Amino acid sequence: MSDAAPARAESRRTRAAPRVSGRALRAVLPALSLALIVLAIDWVNPRAISYFGFNLMLNLAVPVAFATIAQMFVITVNDLDLSLGPFIGFCGCVVATWLRDAPLLGAAALAGGVAAYALVGAIIHLRQLPSIVVTLGMLFVWQGLAILLLPTPGGKAPEWLHAIVAVKTPFVPWPIVVVALLAALAHFGLMRTSYGAILRGAGGNPIAVARAGWSVLWAKTLMFALCGLFGVFASLALIGLTTSADATLGRGYTLQSIAGVILGGGEFVGGRVSPIGAVIGALTLTMAGSLLNFMRISPDWQVGAQGAILIAVLAARVLINRLEERRR
Amino acid sequence: MRVLRRWFAAYPWIGSFVGALLVWLAAILFTGGHGAGGMITAALALAAFTVVVGVAQMFVIALGPGNVDLSLPANIGLASAVAMKVMDGSDSRVALGVAAAVASGTLVGLGSYLLIRLLRIPPIIATLSASFIIQSVGISYGRGLQVKPPEGFADFCIAEIGGAPVVALCALVFAAIAHGLLTKTIYGRSVLAIGQNPRAAWLAGIDVERIRLLTYVQCGALGGLCGALLAGYFRGSSLEIGDEYLLTSIAVVVIGGTSVAGGKANIPGVWGASLFLVLLLTMLNTFGVSAGLRLVLTGAVIIGVIVAAGGEARGR
Repeated sequence: MSDAAPARAESRRTRAAPRVSGRALRAVLPALSLALIVLAIDWVNPRAISYFGFNLMLNLAVPVAFATIAQMFVITVNDLDLSLGPFIGFCGCVVATWLRDAPLLGAAALAGGVAAYALVGAIIHLRQLPSIVVTLGMLFVWQGLAILLLPTPGGKAPEWLHAIVAVKTPFVPWPIVVVALLAALAHFGLMRTSYGAILRGAGGNPIAVARAGWSVLWAKTLMFALCGLFGVFASLALIGLTTSADATLGRGYTLQSIAGVILGGGEFVGGRVSPIGAVIGALTLTMAGSLLNFMRISPDWQVGAQGAILIAVLAARVLINRLEERRR
Repeated sequence: MRVLRRWFAAYPWIGSFVGALLVWLAAILFTGGHGAGGMITAALALAAFTVVVGVAQMFVIALGPGNVDLSLPANIGLASAVAMKVMDGSDSRVALGVAAAVASGTLVGLGSYLLIRLLRIPPIIATLSASFIIQSVGISYGRGLQVKPPEGFADFCIAEIGGAPVVALCALVFAAIAHGLLTKTIYGRSVLAIGQNPRAAWLAGIDVERIRLLTYVQCGALGGLCGALLAGYFRGSSLEIGDEYLLTSIAVVVIGGTSVAGGKANIPGVWGASLFLVLLLTMLNTFGVSAGLRLVLTGAVIIGVIVAAGGEARGR
C-alpha cells in the first residue's frame, strides 16, 4: 500500500497534462463551432456581419436560448423533457390570448404550467418513472390544450411584450445582451452557488446527495419547475417576435433545446452541464439556420442540418476523447 | 383478492386487456349497442399496426435503461413514401415496394446503431438526431407527391375475413412468432439477459454488441414494414403517417407490462395495450370529444396508467 500510493500519485501527475488539454479542447469546442459558423456567414454574405444583421439573425436565437437553458435544468438531473416544444407552443397561445385580454388569468395559466412541471418532476422521482415516457404523455396534453385554446392561428402579442423585444441598445444588438445576461444568470445560479452544486450533485450522484441530508425529491421538483419557468420565458420571447400565435408554434423547440445543451458541452448523465456552453450552442444552431438560408439551401434540409451538426459535434468530442486516451 | 393479485403478478398483461374491455363497454353503452362489432373490426385493424411497431420498440426497450428508438415516426413516414413510389400504383410491384420499405427501415436501424456505437451516445439522442435527418430525407424525397397505392395492395390492407381484418390476423401470427423469438430462442433470451445486466450477460459469453445491432436493425425493419402497410391502409403515403407512433409505440410497451428498466418483456401485453389505446380513441370519438380534448385525455390516461403501474423502473 505504502509503495503503491506514491506510484499512483506519480502516474496521476504524468497523466494530468494531456487531460487538461483535452478538457480545454472540449470546453472551447462550442465557441469554436460558433466562430466557424460566423466566419462562414461572413464569407457567404459579409453584409450580415453588422449591427442590423446580427439583430435580425439572432432575434430567433433568444427563444431558443431560453428553451435550451430550460432543457438544461432537466438534463442536469439525468432526465429529458420531450414535451418542451409543445409546452412553449401552449404558453405562446396563452400569452397571445389570455395574457393580453385578461392579464391575471393569463399569468395564472402560465403559473399553472410551471406548477404542472414541478408536479411532473415530483412524480417522476417518487414513482421512479422514465422521464421520456411521462414527458411524451405531457406532450399530448400540452398540444391538446394549445388546440383547445387556439383552434386556428391567431391572437396578438401584448404591446408591452412587443416593446421589450424591439428594444434598441447602442453598439451591441439587444438579442446578444439578453442571451449574455441569461448565460451569466444561469451560470451563477447553477455553477457558482452552493445549492447549485447540490442540484448538479442530484444528477451526478443522487444517493450521495440524499445521504448528505439533501432532498433529491426537492431538487428534481425544483429543476423541473425551473424548466417550466424558462419555457414560459421562451414563449414570451417567441410571441414578442411573431406577434401572433399558433398551436403548433413550439414545433422543433424540443430538438433544438436538446441539441443546444449537447452542442454546448453538456453530458447526458451525471449532472455535467455548462450553461454558458448551452447558450452558445443555441446561438450556433440558429446561426447555422441563417447560414443555410444564405447558401440558398432548401428549407427541407434545415431540420436535417441541425441533426447533422449535432452528430458532427458529438463525433468531434469522441475524437478528442480518443486522442486523449492514446496520449496516455 | 389475493388470487387476483397473484394473477396480475404472474401475467402483467391482464390489466391491459381488462382496460380495453372496459373502454369498449363504455363506448357501446354510449351508442346503445350500435356498431359494437364494427368498432371491434376497426380497432383490430388499427391495433395491428400498433402491435407491429410496439413489438419492435419492445425488443429495444427490453435491452435496458436508456434504450429506446425515437426515430420510428420518421422511419415510418419515409418508408411509406418509399413503398408508394417503388410500387408506383402497379400491383405487380407490390412485393418490390414492401421490400424497398423494409430495406429503407433496415438502413435507418443500422444507421441508428452505428451512431450509438461509434459516437458512444445514448440511444435517445442518437435516434432523435437520426430522426431529423430522416425527416429531411423524407421531405425532399416525397416532395408534394401523393402516390396512391396499387388497388390490390390497398384492398389487401383493408380486407376482412368474417369481420376480422386480414392485417389483424397477420399481426396475430406475427405476435406469436415474436413471442417464440422472445421466450424460446437464444436471441430473445440474450436480449432479456442484456436488459437485466449487460455486464453479466457479457461475462456469460453473450455477444452484447451483436445482439444490440440485431435489435435496432429489426426495429428499423419492422418500422419500414409498418410504413408500407399504413400507406396501403390509408390509401396513400404521408410523412406524418408515423407521427402518432412516437408516443404509442412506447406507451403500449409500458402499459403492456414490459419493464422500462429492461430485462422483462411480454408480447400479449403489447396486443392488450394496443387494443386499449385504439379503443380509447374510438370511445372518445363516439363521445364526440373535440380534437384538442382528445389529445389531452389520451396523454392524461397514458400518464395515469404509467404512474399507477410504475414504481420499479429506474433511469431514464
